[in-house]
Amino acid sequence: MSAVSKPVAAPAAHHEHRDDEGSKTGMWLFLFTEVLLFGGLFIIYAVYRHRFGAEFHEAAHELNKVMGVTNTFVLLTSSLTMVLSVGALHRNQVAASLRWLWATFGLACCFLVIKFFEWSAKHHHGIWPGGEHLHSLPSGEGLFFNLYFMMTGLHGIHVVIGMAVMAVVAARISSGRITADRFGALEYTGLYWHLVDLVWIFLLPLFYLTN
Amino acid sequence: MSGTNTGPAYTGSYLQDYGSRRGLMAWLTTTDHKRIGIMYMVVMFSFFAIAVLLGLLLRLELMNPGLQFVTARVYNSVFTLHGVIMIFLFIVPGIPAVMGNFIPPLHLGADDVSFPKLNLASWYIYMVGALMALTSLFVGGGVPDTGWTFYAPYALRSNTNVSLAVLAAFVLGFSSILTGMNFITTIHRLRAPGMSFFRMPLFCWGLYATAWIQVIATPVVGITLLLVVMERSLGIGFFDPARGGDPILYQHLFWIYSHPVVYVMILPAMGVVSEILPTFSGRTIFGYRAIALSSMAIALVGYVVWAHHMFTTGISDTARWIFSLLTFLVAIPTGIKVFNWMATLYKGSIRIEVPLLYALGFVFLFSIGGLTGLVNGALATDIHVHDTAFIVGHFHYTMFGGAGIGFFAALHYWWPKVWGRSYNKKRALWAWGLIMVGFNTLYFPMLVLGIMGMPRRYADYLPQFHTPHLISTIGSWIIFTGMALMFFNLIRAIRHGEKAPDNPWGGTTLEWQTTSPPPQLNFATPPVVTTGPYDHTALRAAAAAAREARP
Repeated sequence: MSAVSKPVAAPAAHHEHRDDEGSKTGMWLFLFTEVLLFGGLFIIYAVYRHRFGAEFHEAAHELNKVMGVTNTFVLLTSSLTMVLSVGALHRNQVAASLRWLWATFGLACCFLVIKFFEWSAKHHHGIWPGGEHLHSLPSGEGLFFNLYFMMTGLHGIHVVIGMAVMAVVAARISSGRITADRFGALEYTGLYWHLVDLVWIFLLPLFYLTN
Repeated sequence: MSGTNTGPAYTGSYLQDYGSRRGLMAWLTTTDHKRIGIMYMVVMFSFFAIAVLLGLLLRLELMNPGLQFVTARVYNSVFTLHGVIMIFLFIVPGIPAVMGNFIPPLHLGADDVSFPKLNLASWYIYMVGALMALTSLFVGGGVPDTGWTFYAPYALRSNTNVSLAVLAAFVLGFSSILTGMNFITTIHRLRAPGMSFFRMPLFCWGLYATAWIQVIATPVVGITLLLVVMERSLGIGFFDPARGGDPILYQHLFWIYSHPVVYVMILPAMGVVSEILPTFSGRTIFGYRAIALSSMAIALVGYVVWAHHMFTTGISDTARWIFSLLTFLVAIPTGIKVFNWMATLYKGSIRIEVPLLYALGFVFLFSIGGLTGLVNGALATDIHVHDTAFIVGHFHYTMFGGAGIGFFAALHYWWPKVWGRSYNKKRALWAWGLIMVGFNTLYFPMLVLGIMGMPRRYADYLPQFHTPHLISTIGSWIIFTGMALMFFNLIRAIRHGEKAPDNPWGGTTLEWQTTSPPPQLNFATPPVVTTGPYDHTALRAAAAAAREARP
């Protein structure tokens, strides 16, 4: 025990304890819960695909394969630009990192625009959850489209959240709060973005390529 | 790191304010795990009180045949509300969020959890969910009347405020996931030097298993509940037979979460019992590894037994016997725990104190709950007792007799540590007696009623069921008196109790090595662990030395 009393530091300063390994563990656990969130929908898809195989095939004709595949390329490219952004920050190339991050943001935007056109085309034909035409379809096809909207919708929400996070991270890189030796936030955004990408890789064949 | 830290954060009490904020604002912006635990406790017991009163109302209505106090429709809403509050707002977050926040960092020798800010955010998300649940009572179509399970297709058709209540459950689930992530990371990363996994106190093991269930199971019910909302607002038809959907699928998805979640309720309580027994037996726990690993086994097997809630819904025979077998398997790790606890008591130097009595009460009541569980898990008997009062009796024995009494045990064990004050032991003893007698008077007749054929969730009944119902209602008054006395005693102790010593029970885990109440950063001297958690050698030697020194 030391008899000399040290200068009293504010308690908050003691909380400045840093554990990159711990943060990463937390992030992976979070991604795991995301997988399970989508997992519930994949189970429902599996059950109804099994029950209404023929109607699922029929309904899948309605989806625009060109748009779906284009979007896949857009998202895959965005994953690449994300990796480049993380790599650049590792090497302390802040400007390049920011450039790649905004490129990812732009590609995410592009994905949503294409999605918007797809959805509005469906809407135009009355295929929309609760829509007239959808209601009149055989129940298997109705379930197919409702699953399509729920799953791509949930995925779309994740894209929007990802974009919001990217904007915040970009601002923090600019202001110097995320740096080459403190890049956790960018890395975890990258992990999240790859998950969003990964989910789409499953959605594409399950909906667009089943016919 | 070694040596002693000084400064107010290490020498004062966490109950004092530091920094620029004072009073309520200091609490609402705190990232101190102990304060967050207390904040959960205040909110949770407020909701608990409401749900208890609703439960009393249910019993009052059932005291005599016929409808005396509420209409059948209101009765439906009352039991739904009782269930929703008790499950989603009290028992599921109960021990993990209150004691699980307060104790584990102390147990591990850490100064906080891994993500203190996220911890505070979880509390706020919990509050949002709680407020949504409350709002659903007063707006729109009125109080939900579907039961806490929100089964399709009725949950899709009911005109009451199901959507908001379901959304509230989703938000509460999200809070639970974040808490779980936080605990897993904390246990992996913040153990004191020398504390290997198998030197962790068993309460931490219980919480570790719990946190995994929270992380694995909750997202599934999250998406399912969202789909119920979509179904009600957009008519997507996933669970609606009119559109090719399958209501049984809802039950599967619901129970994939909601069965594992009963282990979220019970595992921390088992952890509490595993802490209390060695302390009051003055010896190490029997079968440490077996108890630790059986928590993980329960979590694992508990994940694959969900369909035993659906034996009567028309699933295939193969599915039924597989799920029945798996259900029976859960009894094995549970049995391992109970026998190890008993072996811990054997030849121990037992000191009868209130926490020990609650822990023993847990073992007794939970054993009844567990054994009646096997009656439900066996196919032939389940057909007879399914959806009867027997089920109500069974799950109250496990949830209230298990998780609830375990929670009370934890409160009595750690109260001196939490507040630095002791409660009145005599009054606590009386409260314990009333609770135990009242509990059995209240719930045992339900088991009998169920076997006689009384259905659950009915507001009215035939005259031959009258006597057990009457006894049960009288029991509800006894246990209510007991709980009122218990809470009075505990709350009174916060202001008027005697000052508690640092280690009032002779406990060996790390939380007893710091002051009562602990300083804001927990340990003035960072602990280093060299033995298992329940090694009484040092305490015994100290006691012997004290005897020697006496003239």
